[in-house]
Amino acid sequence: MERLLSIIFIYILVENFVLQRFFGICPFLGVSRKMETAVGMSMAVIFVMSMATLVTWLLYTFVLIPLNLEYLQIVTFILVIASLVQLVETTLRKISPTLYQGLGIFLPLITTNCAIMAVTLLAVREEFAFIEAVVFGIAASIGFSLALVIMAGIRERLELADVPDVLKGSAVTLITAGILSLAFQGFRGMLTL
Amino acid sequence: MAEHNPYVDDLSRGIIRENPVFRLLLGMCPVLGVTAYFINGLGMGLATTAVVIASNVVIASLKNYIPAQVRIPCFIVVIATFVTMVEMVLQAFQPALYEALGVFVPLIVVNCVILGRAEAFASKKPVLRSLVDGVGVGIGFTLALGILALVREVAGQGTIMGPDPESAILLFGEGFEPMGLFGQPPGAFIALGLLLGLANVLFKKLNI
Repeated sequence: MERLLSIIFIYILVENFVLQRFFGICPFLGVSRKMETAVGMSMAVIFVMSMATLVTWLLYTFVLIPLNLEYLQIVTFILVIASLVQLVETTLRKISPTLYQGLGIFLPLITTNCAIMAVTLLAVREEFAFIEAVVFGIAASIGFSLALVIMAGIRERLELADVPDVLKGSAVTLITAGILSLAFQGFRGMLTL
Repeated sequence: MAEHNPYVDDLSRGIIRENPVFRLLLGMCPVLGVTAYFINGLGMGLATTAVVIASNVVIASLKNYIPAQVRIPCFIVVIATFVTMVEMVLQAFQPALYEALGVFVPLIVVNCVILGRAEAFASKKPVLRSLVDGVGVGIGFTLALGILALVREVAGQGTIMGPDPESAILLFGEGFEPMGLFGQPPGAFIALGLLLGLANVLFKKLNI
């Protein structure tokens, strides 16, 4: 139980996936312009990331390792993620059209979100047990969402700020992300596994 | 500038006009993640270059056999295969670099630069031009990683060619106090933000 709680806190705050580990920077810069899209993307990522960790962990432990096919890890994981995204998209459209309208446009983007791939790879590399891997997936996706939502809040105000011409757009966004990352640096060393 | 040779155009496009990092902001995760040291940045750039060239060539040669509806999964499998090969080669011949790059090596597979080139260029153009395009994009990406890593290492550690103490060259005298921030995650964001600003000024001046 202690270990699970540590995993949750470490991957939300200490080792925040976006601000400390640099996974999922593309969506972080791409969809953080408005709060609405940031929240939509966060929900989609939490959903897919938790499921992807669960499926790939089971697949790796019970199929790839017994068959000595560990070298197929990259190909298998990316295919699982791609089909999972497709599956989620189709299911959502059928079951809950309202939710689909909210998440729909973000789902295809998730396939190349490296945060998802990183979670599945790290869950195996860190040798987490099954329940730990699932908790890790959920915590990492919450950490991602936290960073994205904070960033969206800042960027909505940045729109009105007087930014030097050359830094307009992505440059000032990156510098802002740096300052945000500096704030998260305060959690450094608070917890380790 | 009337460059009618398509090969020259293909090569230069990826390096300057559509530089994946400075102009298109693609594949940012490795750009920020592995650039604390120059060697790591360069190694990551070269690994990505190898994958983008190989996948461009294979996809361009197979483009007539890949059905349009399932082209993205096909591209991904081709890319993933080459990433696996690069990972094995690195593990065997450059174990130190492989350790330093860590999980970012398998993550080359989700680098949008590579899938982007496959979809936008290699799936439509002939093999030789796709090869040249891959070389150009690879050089552009490596250049960006190299510059950022150089800035971060010099400012953050005061060395070049680290972290291995044998090859590391100290640039400044005893009195130099490195700016630790640039070796840390926040420094990556800030350094890249400032470099982007600089690139904007340069591109505007040169009118590219």
